Amino acid sequence: MKKFDFCDGLVAPLDRANVDTDAIIPKQFLKSIKRSGFGQNLFDEWRYLDHGEPGMDAARRKPNPDFILNLPRYRGAQILLARANFGCGSSREHAPWALQDYGFQVIIAPSFADIFFNNCFKIGLLPIALDANNVDQLFREVEASEGYRLMVNLQGQSVTTPAGQSFLFDIDPFRKHSLLNGLDEIGLTLQQADKIKAFEEKRRAAQPWLFA
Amino acid sequence: MQTLYDKLWQSHVVHEESDKPDGMTLLYIDRHLVHEVTSPQAFEGLKLAGRKPWRLDSILAVADHNVPTTRRDHGISDPTSRLQVETLDQNCEELGITEFRMNDLRQGIVHVIGPEQGATLPGMTVVCGDSHTSTHGAFACLAFGIGTSEVEHVLATQCLLMKKAKTMQVVVEGELGHGLTAKDIALAIIGEIGTAGGTGYAIEFAGSAIRELSMEGRMTLCNMAIEAGARAGMVAADNTTIEYLRGRPFAPKGDLWEKAVAYWRTLKSDEGASFDKTISLEAAQVKPQVTWGTSPEMVTTIDGSVPDPSQITDIVKRHDMERALKYMGLAPNTPISEIRPDKIFIGSCTNARIEDLRAAADVVKGRHVAANIKLAMVVPGSGLVKYQAEQEGLDKIFRDAGFEWREPGCSMCLAMNDDRLESGERCASTSNRNFEGRQGPGGRTHLVSPAMAAAAAVAGHFVDIREIY
Repeated sequence: MKKFDFCDGLVAPLDRANVDTDAIIPKQFLKSIKRSGFGQNLFDEWRYLDHGEPGMDAARRKPNPDFILNLPRYRGAQILLARANFGCGSSREHAPWALQDYGFQVIIAPSFADIFFNNCFKIGLLPIALDANNVDQLFREVEASEGYRLMVNLQGQSVTTPAGQSFLFDIDPFRKHSLLNGLDEIGLTLQQADKIKAFEEKRRAAQPWLFA
Repeated sequence: MQTLYDKLWQSHVVHEESDKPDGMTLLYIDRHLVHEVTSPQAFEGLKLAGRKPWRLDSILAVADHNVPTTRRDHGISDPTSRLQVETLDQNCEELGITEFRMNDLRQGIVHVIGPEQGATLPGMTVVCGDSHTSTHGAFACLAFGIGTSEVEHVLATQCLLMKKAKTMQVVVEGELGHGLTAKDIALAIIGEIGTAGGTGYAIEFAGSAIRELSMEGRMTLCNMAIEAGARAGMVAADNTTIEYLRGRPFAPKGDLWEKAVAYWRTLKSDEGASFDKTISLEAAQVKPQVTWGTSPEMVTTIDGSVPDPSQITDIVKRHDMERALKYMGLAPNTPISEIRPDKIFIGSCTNARIEDLRAAADVVKGRHVAANIKLAMVVPGSGLVKYQAEQEGLDKIFRDAGFEWREPGCSMCLAMNDDRLESGERCASTSNRNFEGRQGPGGRTHLVSPAMAAAAAVAGHFVDIREIY
């Protein structure tokens, strides 16, 4: 997993609620058996005017000039500011892969869908839930000022505005530790192999039909 | 006193990372269902790390998302789809994983075949790289969707690192009206609590109306728990659960069956167990549901109308509604019964089981698809559902009425194969998501029950199923 500790990044605002994983990465791109290369199809149906299919050359496609990520002022954004219930819908990890591959390191929203939220941590993309009023304020500020950046400090669990105002966010200590150190969770779990085996033996004795 | 969720959780705890109740817990996984879309990167990761699956007999694999629903003997024409299915076949063969291949009679949608085979059993933890894994909770399981990194984690360790969810009880008491189904209950609940209403919760569905539901109905309900934001939905085990499982290929036999049943009977919330949240619904009040927008919470009843954004004070909500109506090509205040679909899709892990097909066939029997319907199709949830339906003559009823009778798979629920809506086309669909582009770029989805989809096919517009029966 990619390590994450700090991000001082340009912010792009995506002002709609319930952004679903079908919108983040449409299904035709899920046919890939690779883990990379999804960034060029992030928000494909909103971002381009033509219909996208796997294998198309992004440079030859027609971008939608009205879509927020296509505005020059948001080019190279690393922090996505979003609305409630971001990432609802399917369990496709291709959604966080696409966001990360595009260049995002942090997503800030008032709330996230459970599976999406969980998937982000597995790849080192940091989802931050802030109070809806604070998110409203950030939307107003980013829209008012070109080049608007935020500083995200995972160690201190803070998001800081250019004016120096800081918002603190919650994160599970285990997830924080894993992100800060870029840990391999499977490796960590395998350190508990003896416990897993012991559990399994007990279970086999009590419910043998589960091991047919 | 424990809730069903507490019991399921506690019986699978291997290790706790912290002594705090909301810390990360290592949870043991009994059943791992695998399909072709979310697994290739997990298998690759496993190989690259030099690891092997922890427990092969816990895994059951099937290709469902990419498979064609016509002319299976011709194979898969799209090369990227074909490669994905072949990759699953290869991985399963190399590692010795049980897989139902495309031409196996037992092939079908992963959430249909698990229960059908008895591979989903009460008391299990069931995972799959698919959000609709919540379906299996109908069997008093803890079942939830996972991402690809977690698929790899389960393959390698038979465990997942999880945070315990809060508990929500949705109580539905009383009797459903004639022609109403679990799908209408599910959509009515989502209309009430919203698509984020269940975020952070595991939902248990309870009450007399739920106990009256068949296993098919309970699966439909738990399937849609994720559309209410809840990763897991569940129903307590009872005689209906046990009778459904008796004699299924993967279910225990003989003495083990008796032993298992005794344990399964304990899989219910204790009397007086407390939930973090409780919601109640009167079954008799539930009317046929039709979605009008691009999120399952954008739903109303058949006697209702498309809402008017100008009446909404919250700006974000108003904009979302305006955007949805524009996408759907609907004017505010249009009566739902005046909406005319172009296509009809009866299928998906929500509504492609035998009971769903029977309900739809009941409506179309002796009638014909209306002239304005360009395509009406039935995609059974599995080869065995298809076979059963054919034994009952349902295929003939559908064909005579002008429906196409297809091979099993996910099909036009998410349009990863060739079945899709063209831009601007409107569909009455028994699936679970009406997101923008879900059934094809520019396609417009209205979620309904199988009987409501069948009625719309015959009438050429949405109609109240209660007037047809």
